[in-house]
Amino acid sequence: MNKRVGQYTVTFQNPPEIMGSYCVTGPKEGQGPLNAYFDHIMPDTYNGEKTWEKTECAMMEMALTETIKKGKVTAEEVNYVLAGDLLNQISTSNYALRQIGRPYIGMFGACSTMALCTAMGAMLVDGGFANRVLCAASSHHDTAEHQFRMPTEHGNQRPLTGQWTVTGAGSLLLGAGAEAGIGAGAGAGTGSGGGSEPKIRVTSATLGKIVDFGQKDANHMGAAMAPAVAETLLAHFYDMGTSPEAYDLIISGDLGSVGLELMKKVLDKSGFHSLDTVQDCGCLIYHTHQDTHAGGSGCGCSAVVLCGYLLDRLRQKDLSKILFVGSGSLHSKESLLQGESIPGIGHAVVIESE
Amino acid sequence: MGTKSTLIKVTPQDYDKMNKEVQPKPKVLRNCVMALLVGGGICLGAQVLINLMFLGLTSGMESLDEASVLAKQKEAQTLGTVCMIFLGALLTGLGWYDILVSVGGAGGILPVTGFANAMVSPAMEYKHEGYVLGVGAKLFSVAGPVLLSGTIAAFLIGVLRFFF
Amino acid sequence: MPEGSIWFNLIPAFLIGGGLCVIAQLLMDLTKPSFTPAHVLVVFVVLGAVAGGLGWYEPLVKIAGAGATIPLTGFGYVMAKGALEGAQSGILGVLAGGMSAAAGGITAAILFSFVCAVSFKPKG
Repeated sequence: MNKRVGQYTVTFQNPPEIMGSYCVTGPKEGQGPLNAYFDHIMPDTYNGEKTWEKTECAMMEMALTETIKKGKVTAEEVNYVLAGDLLNQISTSNYALRQIGRPYIGMFGACSTMALCTAMGAMLVDGGFANRVLCAASSHHDTAEHQFRMPTEHGNQRPLTGQWTVTGAGSLLLGAGAEAGIGAGAGAGTGSGGGSEPKIRVTSATLGKIVDFGQKDANHMGAAMAPAVAETLLAHFYDMGTSPEAYDLIISGDLGSVGLELMKKVLDKSGFHSLDTVQDCGCLIYHTHQDTHAGGSGCGCSAVVLCGYLLDRLRQKDLSKILFVGSGSLHSKESLLQGESIPGIGHAVVIESE
Repeated sequence: MGTKSTLIKVTPQDYDKMNKEVQPKPKVLRNCVMALLVGGGICLGAQVLINLMFLGLTSGMESLDEASVLAKQKEAQTLGTVCMIFLGALLTGLGWYDILVSVGGAGGILPVTGFANAMVSPAMEYKHEGYVLGVGAKLFSVAGPVLLSGTIAAFLIGVLRFFF
Repeated sequence: MPEGSIWFNLIPAFLIGGGLCVIAQLLMDLTKPSFTPAHVLVVFVVLGAVAGGLGWYEPLVKIAGAGATIPLTGFGYVMAKGALEGAQSGILGVLAGGMSAAAGGITAAILFSFVCAVSFKPKG
């Protein structure tokens, strides 16, 4: 059976199962509407560490180790760890993985990292190259802020299109189903035990290409990413012969309220009109009164919303088929100062509960 | 811009138009009122400080001639400015100045207190990168351009006066 | 100088100081988002220096006091004034004039900033 469908999409012959997930967030996210779905909420943005970089690192480490526990496997059973973050040289992941001791593949897709890791992890598992793969992504508001914008205590007025980088790390464990595992078997039950829980599987993935419509405003990244996300969605619909109605929920990573509106407009102009099920992680994670303006952003945004909220709703059978599309703006501070525009990207995975 | 043919049926030009339509408009009037109140308030506070210093400096002095009044005024003004710089730095350290600016906008940025904020905030945040390349270098990340432009402008003005 | 009259400068200080901030706010709101607070400070220092050099800023300082000296235009004005005074004693005076006029403020800013940066931890 050919696993490639159309130009951009792959479908999985033995769809990898999400065996467990864990997410940790900062205090601001803990006051947001999704707080009940987060596994751990830190009391403050330092959480006892000396620098925010160390805190972010500790968050990712926590997400990874707890996911291993929730997946009821041992660290030695994990064949690969795919992880990424926003900092230079994806340093958070590099440092966090010191303590994990498993083969590590660093991934960079900016805010789309969680979707990218999940897609690649699923390919590794379904391809038979791995039995258990950990996928993780993290971001921290304050480390991102001083890397990409200004020091946090520097006074400025954030524009209304600005988004708030989420402090959080999310991780999920992909495993070959019992029927297909390479000598799997015993540990292949669902994450939180309980035989009644449905199995959640990654069934297909569409990796996006870079789309750059010349947007240059780092305080309006939703606009830079929206065409790329729409492009990936169209590629997915065309390849699979589906339309938005085929999914209970189509959820983008961190377009924010303005970016989401733009993305819907682009889809509408491209021939898809029923977009009621289209949502955005960045719009869900904060209350409007939390003064984040257009919503949340960062690798951690889609990571915690997926690993907390979305997977929980899939487990509860509240949702049965979602199209999760991570959105990334792949610029650097230097490239923008030199007058370059922002290259956007979108990566989509379909996650279903049985 | 470097995008090959796309599946989406929108051109970058159309997209720019759509983007302009959905952009939320900044509340310019509200921002200006807040800038007036906060900026004006900071200047008013500074003036109160300067006046008090002037009264302190001249207290107990009998008849002052105009020259010494001017000298005392200048002294009070410098002292008041120094106090404001200190307050700006202190409020930044306490983590309050960025909140003031998020409300008052340019009203918090333009006064010397904002200049102090622009010096303290990067220095404080990059402290863990050492005293030389962290604190020392980052202290001037915003102050540097300000000193540069002020120095060059003043020099050019002085040169013009010297030759003409 | 009669006691109490010095307090009459409070209202001009508020209005002129606030007015300069409003101009800066308009610059920020109505231009591109890449016009950051750092750009505001640089533009206003240069404006202050030019206005000082042309002799326009002096009257404003007389009327508004802190309203004219506390905004960063005042910093540019002080430097320009120093350079103009220095020019009377030769080209070396031009070199030294600007900086020496602002030396007190600059030193205070560096000193306090260093102390605060070292003593506090950023809150985020």
